[in-house]
Amino acid sequence: MSKIPLQFRHNGRDVAIFVDGGTNLLVALRELIGDMTPKFGCGQGGCGTCSVLIDGELHLSCLTLAETVAGRSIETLDGMKQGPNLHPLQRAFADNFAAQCGYCTPGMLMAAKALLDRNPSPSREEVVEAISGNICRCTGYEPIVNAILAAAGGRASA
Amino acid sequence: MTRHRGRGMASINYPIGMNLGGDPSQALVHSNPSGKFTVALSSIDLGQGMKSVTRQICAETLGVPVEDVYVDTADSDTGPHCMGSFASRGTHRVGNAVMAAAREARGVMMEAAAEELEVNASDLETDGRGNIHVKGAPHRSISTKDVAIAAQFKQGKTISGRGIFLVPLSNVDPETGEMSPATCYAHACLVAEVDVDDETGEVAMVRMDSAYELGRALNPRLVEQQLVGGAWMGISHALYETPEPYYPDPVHGPRDFVEYLMPGPGDICPHDIAVLERPAPDGPFGAKGPGEMCANPVLPAVANAIFNAAGVRIDDLPITPEKVLRAIKAQGGARPQPRR
Ligand code: FES
Ligand code: FES
Repeated sequence: MSKIPLQFRHNGRDVAIFVDGGTNLLVALRELIGDMTPKFGCGQGGCGTCSVLIDGELHLSCLTLAETVAGRSIETLDGMKQGPNLHPLQRAFADNFAAQCGYCTPGMLMAAKALLDRNPSPSREEVVEAISGNICRCTGYEPIVNAILAAAGGRASA
Repeated sequence: MTRHRGRGMASINYPIGMNLGGDPSQALVHSNPSGKFTVALSSIDLGQGMKSVTRQICAETLGVPVEDVYVDTADSDTGPHCMGSFASRGTHRVGNAVMAAAREARGVMMEAAAEELEVNASDLETDGRGNIHVKGAPHRSISTKDVAIAAQFKQGKTISGRGIFLVPLSNVDPETGEMSPATCYAHACLVAEVDVDDETGEVAMVRMDSAYELGRALNPRLVEQQLVGGAWMGISHALYETPEPYYPDPVHGPRDFVEYLMPGPGDICPHDIAVLERPAPDGPFGAKGPGEMCANPVLPAVANAIFNAAGVRIDDLPITPEKVLRAIKAQGGARPQPRR
């Protein structure tokens, strides 16, 4: 199969790769770019741990054809921290014990970022809605919801 | 359609660890020339906090800062034997093994320090900040780092310790079949409040109030994290999770996360938790550990709450809307029980 040249922005940096037709964005990010922060959970849209932002909008990278992101801007967890400092959401996740095994965490953080970028002071219901496509097996969701609300309230610690 | 509110409670007496083969775990502790310590284990940390809690236990026993301890675990090629992370045994069994290993290593460390300071080891104490000094004379002091360097490059000693925790064998009484499966027990009581919809059979969690007695909580935030997450798993077992929702035809069973149901962030409820600390005599610093008990009381409490709400006694898990509806139909309508 012939390779397709593909260029896009990855966490603010221009990248160029060659992908096979049909490659999904999750595989392109992990295997071709080397960004391991989007996780593979189910590969079929059921768990949310592969979540990334495409032009600021939340998408499941496992269900996104890599070819469709040409010229667009992709944000992943790898680009979230600001220099040496954790993003307020990351800080709030740590302070609120919102991760145990951590497998859902990259997707949760991207879903939370997508929410706070467009709605800086969401209600509890809006937070719940924003992460309802993301499965967590460990935390019982409560600490994650609290972390996102804490980050939104500008209170890094609970 | 009517929604019926019901309340149910459950109390449990939960064994920590198991009896099988004495339920042993081993730990090895050694110092590095940097003055830091490594704990080698095979016990898995699945996110429940095993690494944090064994690190704290080791640091406290050695008398060094927690930052100076690194836990290397989950590789059975390089770590000493462990039965595993299950049966609520981690904090208690592995913690005890780490404590024993750290105690032995501390003995060697104090001997090495005594040699450097030219005093008797029994006259020395640690300050918990990385120094060892003569009791009552803090200026006659040496850092644990300098002790580690002296032990390695001057004295030719390994500051290390071995630990194992093994439960004394409990034989089965030939008359009664009785034996003692555990050395200590944790306890919990949980009250669940639910709404049962008599038209759809759906059960919604309203709130939970619980009290857990789990020995000393070595890391209160980690304990709370376990109790919150574990209660969610309890709700999931009680009301959602099954590989065979449409039994008897397994062909219709769930194949993925879309069909295998679990409560989402919108299905949880407020949960007020009280942690009671009654140190266990044989636990590391009195700890028993939360473990599986986090989830257990939720199931019977929810089943009892459903009975209280609609008068239907469902003893088959999970309690799906279909089962609730069939039971309500069979008795000719919901029969709310008195609220207690
Ligand atoms: S891996 Fe993409 S939703 Fe599960
Ligand atoms: S922390 Fe384990 S899945 Fe969310």
